[in-house]
Amino acid sequence: MDKYEVVRDQSKQWFQDWQGARSLAARTKFEALQHLDAHLIQFAKLMESRGTQVHWAASDRDARDIILGILRDQKARVVVKSKTMTSEEIHLNPALRRAGYEVVESDLGEYIVQLRHEPPYHLVFPAMHLTRGEIKEVFEQELHDAPSDDPADLTMVARRTLRKKFLQADVGITGANFAIADTGMISITENEGNARLTAALPRTLITLVGIEKILPRLEDLALFLPMLATMGTGQHLTCYNSLYAGPRQPGETDGPVNFHVILLDNQRTLLLADAEQRDALGCIRCGACLNVCPVFRNIGGHAYGTVYGGPIGSVITPHLRELQDWKHLSFASSLCGACSETCPVKIDLHHHLLQNRSNAAAPPNGRPQFLQQLAFRTFGFVASHPALWTIAGKLGRLAQTAHKLVQAGPLDPLRTWTKTRVAPRLARQSFRAWFKERQP
Amino acid sequence: MNSRETILARIREALLQKAVPRHGSGLPSLIERHSVLPLAPTATETQLALFAENAVELKTDFRYVSDDTQLLSQLKTIATEENWRLISTHRSARLSTLATQLGANVVFTDGGYDKDELERCDAGITECDALVAQTGSVLLTNRSAGGRALSCLPPHHIVVASTSQLVPDLSSAMELLREK
Repeated sequence: MDKYEVVRDQSKQWFQDWQGARSLAARTKFEALQHLDAHLIQFAKLMESRGTQVHWAASDRDARDIILGILRDQKARVVVKSKTMTSEEIHLNPALRRAGYEVVESDLGEYIVQLRHEPPYHLVFPAMHLTRGEIKEVFEQELHDAPSDDPADLTMVARRTLRKKFLQADVGITGANFAIADTGMISITENEGNARLTAALPRTLITLVGIEKILPRLEDLALFLPMLATMGTGQHLTCYNSLYAGPRQPGETDGPVNFHVILLDNQRTLLLADAEQRDALGCIRCGACLNVCPVFRNIGGHAYGTVYGGPIGSVITPHLRELQDWKHLSFASSLCGACSETCPVKIDLHHHLLQNRSNAAAPPNGRPQFLQQLAFRTFGFVASHPALWTIAGKLGRLAQTAHKLVQAGPLDPLRTWTKTRVAPRLARQSFRAWFKERQP
Repeated sequence: MNSRETILARIREALLQKAVPRHGSGLPSLIERHSVLPLAPTATETQLALFAENAVELKTDFRYVSDDTQLLSQLKTIATEENWRLISTHRSARLSTLATQLGANVVFTDGGYDKDELERCDAGITECDALVAQTGSVLLTNRSAGGRALSCLPPHHIVVASTSQLVPDLSSAMELLREK
C-alpha cells in the first residue's frame, strides 16, 4: 500500500490540473446519468447494428438466467472469465458451477482466490491479503505445481494453466469498465492481457455491464482511462485498454462469432431515484476510497460480507440490497471525509454515509424498538439531573458487581450485548467528587 | 412489458427526481479536457522523445531504426538472442517479406488461424495505428494488427511503426479511432 500511495501521487502530478480533471469527470458522469435512458438506447442500437445481441436484465436472477440460457444454446463446457465485480454481485460463479460448467477466473489475483474458494478481498487487488507462502500452498494443493514461493515462478505456473483454459474455453465472460454510448463500444482496462484473450479466443463472448457504466462519448475515455489507472494502481495507463464494438465482422481474422451484452439494472434504478445520492452511480470502481479510508485500511475485505467494499460499498450496498440489513456499514465510519477528498469522480461519499444513517433511522421502518427508546429516554433523564446522575454512578458500580454473576449467561437480560463485549468498570470516584476534594 | 421497457421506464421515473449539478453541467469540451490532462507536445521530435521516455518506463524495449535494412538486422538480432523457432504476423507490405527472413517458421493470421499453433509461437509481429506520445502506448485495431489475439497470445509482441504515426495524446488517438 505504501508503494501504491507513492505512485498514485506521482501519477496525479502528471496531470496539469488533477482537481480540474476530477470536476470534469464528475460533470461527465452527471450528464451520463441525467440522460441515461437515451444513452442506453443509443448504445444498444449501435451494438445491435453490428450483430451483437443486447439483453436487458432487471434483476440478478434475470442476468443469471440469460447467461445460463446462452451457455445451454452453445452447448458450452468450459467458461473462462476475466475480472468482473458485477458477476460477483449476481453470484454468477456458484450458479454456473451448480449447472455443471467449469468456470475459470483468468485474472491472476481472482484465480488465486478462486482456488481458495473465496470471494475477492479488494475491488482492484483481489488477493492482496495473501502472502506468497499461502499462494504457494494453494497452488500445491490445487494444481500440484509450485516450484517455489517466488512470485515470478508462481505466475508462470498460473500462466501455463490458464493458457490451456483459454484454448479450451467455449465461452468467455467479461465485465466492462465503460460502455460508450455514441459509438456502441465496450471498454475494458487491465494489466495482464487476460481480458483481451477472454474476448478474442472463445467462440462466444458475454459481457456483463451495469447500466451505470455508460459514458456519452468515445473521447471521454481520454479523461477516464488515465484517471482510472492513476487512482486504481498508480499507473499512467493500464497495460491493456481494449475496445469491443461487436463480434467478428466479415473479413476479420478472429474474435467471437457470437457476442452478447447484458445490461444489468439490479436495483441501480433505485439509487438513481435518490437524487441526493445519485452521484454514487458515477463510481468507476478504482478502489481509491477504500485505500485511503482509516477504517478499511485496518479492517478490510471479507469482514463485511459485501461485494463492493470500502466507503463506496457502504454507500451503495444499502441501496442495492436492503437498507435495514446493511445500515450498519454506514455506521462503521469516522466520517473523516478522506474518501470524498480522494474520489476521482467527486462522489460525496461521507455525506452519503451520514444520509444513509438518517434514512435508516427514519420512520416507518427505522423506528427504534420500544426497549431501545425506553433505555435512551431513561439515560437522557438521568443524565440531565445531577443528583440522579451521582446516585446512578454509585449504584452502577454495585450493579456491575452483581451483574458479573450472570454475565452472558441465560439469566443475563443484556446477554445479546454482553456475550461479545465487556463494559469498562465504573470508576470508584467520580470526576466531580475528585475535583471537589482538591479545592483548597 | 419486456425487460428493456421495464428498465427504461424505471430510469425515466427515477430521473423525475431532479439532481442538482454540484460540479457544473454540460459535457466537457475538448479545450477543457486539454487544460487538465497531462501535456502533449505538438512537434514530432518532442513527441518521439516523450514517446520513447514513456514507453521505456512501461518496460518496452524501444528501438529507433532509420531504414528497412536496419530494421531487419535489429529483428534478426532479437530472433537469434531469443532463439525464435515459430513466429506469427499478418500480411502487410512491410511485414510479409520481413518475417520470412528471420530464420523462423511463420504463421500468418490473415483469414483465420489455429489457436493452438498461435499459442506455440515465440513472438508476434504487428503494425499499429498510432503511437501515443503522452502515454508511451500503442494504438492497435483488428485491421492494423492481424486480429485480436496476435498482439497478446504469443509471449513477445513486436510493433513496427513509423514516426509519421505519432499522435500527441489519447484525445487524438480516440479521434483517429472514430474516423476508422
